[in-house]
Amino acid sequence: MNRIKKFFSTFLLFELLKGMAVTGKYLFKPKITVHYPEEKTPQSPRFRGLHALRRYPNGEERCIACKLCEAVCPALAITIESEQRADGTRRTTRYDIDLSKCIFCGFCEESCPVDSIVETRILEYHGEKRGDLIYTKEMLLAVGDRYEEQIAKDREADARYR
Amino acid sequence: MEYIQQQFIQMFGAEWGAMLFSLATNMTFIFAIVVPLLLGVAYLTFAERKIIAYMQIRVGPNRVTFFGIPWLRGWGQPIADAVKAIMKEIVIPTGANKFLFILAPILTIMPALAAWAVIPFSPELVLANINAGLLYILAMTSMGIYGIIIAGWASNSKYAFLGAMRSAAQVVSYELAMGFALVCVLMMSQSLNLGDIVNGQQGDSFLNWYLIPLFPMFLVYLISGVAETNRAPFDVAEGESEIVAGFHVDYSGMAFTVFFLAEYANMILVAALTSIMFLGGWLPPVDIAPFTLIPGFIWLLLKIAFILFFFLWFRATFPRYRYDQIMRLGWKVFIPITLIWIVLLGLIMQLPESVREFPPLNIWF
Repeated sequence: MNRIKKFFSTFLLFELLKGMAVTGKYLFKPKITVHYPEEKTPQSPRFRGLHALRRYPNGEERCIACKLCEAVCPALAITIESEQRADGTRRTTRYDIDLSKCIFCGFCEESCPVDSIVETRILEYHGEKRGDLIYTKEMLLAVGDRYEEQIAKDREADARYR
Repeated sequence: MEYIQQQFIQMFGAEWGAMLFSLATNMTFIFAIVVPLLLGVAYLTFAERKIIAYMQIRVGPNRVTFFGIPWLRGWGQPIADAVKAIMKEIVIPTGANKFLFILAPILTIMPALAAWAVIPFSPELVLANINAGLLYILAMTSMGIYGIIIAGWASNSKYAFLGAMRSAAQVVSYELAMGFALVCVLMMSQSLNLGDIVNGQQGDSFLNWYLIPLFPMFLVYLISGVAETNRAPFDVAEGESEIVAGFHVDYSGMAFTVFFLAEYANMILVAALTSIMFLGGWLPPVDIAPFTLIPGFIWLLLKIAFILFFFLWFRATFPRYRYDQIMRLGWKVFIPITLIWIVLLGLIMQLPESVREFPPLNIWF
């Protein structure tokens, strides 16, 4: 009896019609596509995007050239050179991040004792020539200056968990 | 029309004028069929991408606008695709047979377009009103397979060759079931002329269409048509997952596009044939005022679009058949069904007149 039932449900294309009913129903469902440049998916404050170097409110750069980020970086994307300044503090003379090596793990940010190197929410950056993705200290500081407000807000939001 | 004919006769003399005039009218007619057909093919690809996307809860191509009209977003896509394909280089592999390699796409698209010669668009509108129209269609649709086999052979690649072999076996198997399904149509209409087949379905409503008495044959024909055009779920000839792209792996640029066009032109052809032979061609579904006002040509187009939608629907729904399952379906399911139905139909037609007058038999016989 079961075999007869199965034979008829196959032979009368019942199973195929059921499948088509499913796709037919989905034809009229609202679409879930996010139209990217016009619409964007929400981001977490912990989003790890383009790097930035921050400054203190008085304009002094935070980085003290401890080289912890350089040491922790699993992709060896960070290169730091440092020198003593006239006032006796140690500062970087070179701080390069090769973004084509970087894996955006966020270890540099976690290791930083002064919250200097951070990862921002920026993900829409690009390079047009070879070498464009090697960010120097000036570029990183510029990113930090430009997005300081957002960066500070994101650190604030996440402060309880750090 | 007659004025133009007079002009031709005045310009070229009676004999040459008449000949040139018939040549000119035929050429115009051919262009009037082929150009909208190719445009239809272009927009069928767009419709396919759009409909399949909608069934997968996506939106499909919606970036390329048509002449910058904002609400036609995506409608420029086929044109952009065509431009891209034309720009690309046609790579001919070193080991390939050059002549056959170039010949194959031409052989594929030629029958797909040539078969349209006998399709009646309305009672008067047909390029070649020949008596053996159905035979011509069968001949032309089976020609298409040569292009595929030659493509597979000429590419000198094992994937292409495997694809061609699969496709050849599949198309030949389904041709039989398709032919038998059409024999039923022949028995009903008593004619090979496509115009007469449509006229045989004339009546008060869609109940007179061959769709109703030949419903299993309609399904067999439709499914065989899907198999014949190598469309999903019968697209083992392309089989991306196992033989890359089948017979057209080595084709690029315009040569590939011609294969692509041929596949879609074949789809439209099968849809047109299904609507002519089972859905009453240019006839309106109900023979009363609002429906009869719409010209028959539009009805045919609507029916073709309806069947094409099913083609796309199948592709969005069904997973690909395994190769032995395809063969089983063709030989062990379709051919017995069609043979049984032919015998059954013959018996009904041989019933005495008094029995055939009872409804619903009186509608069809």
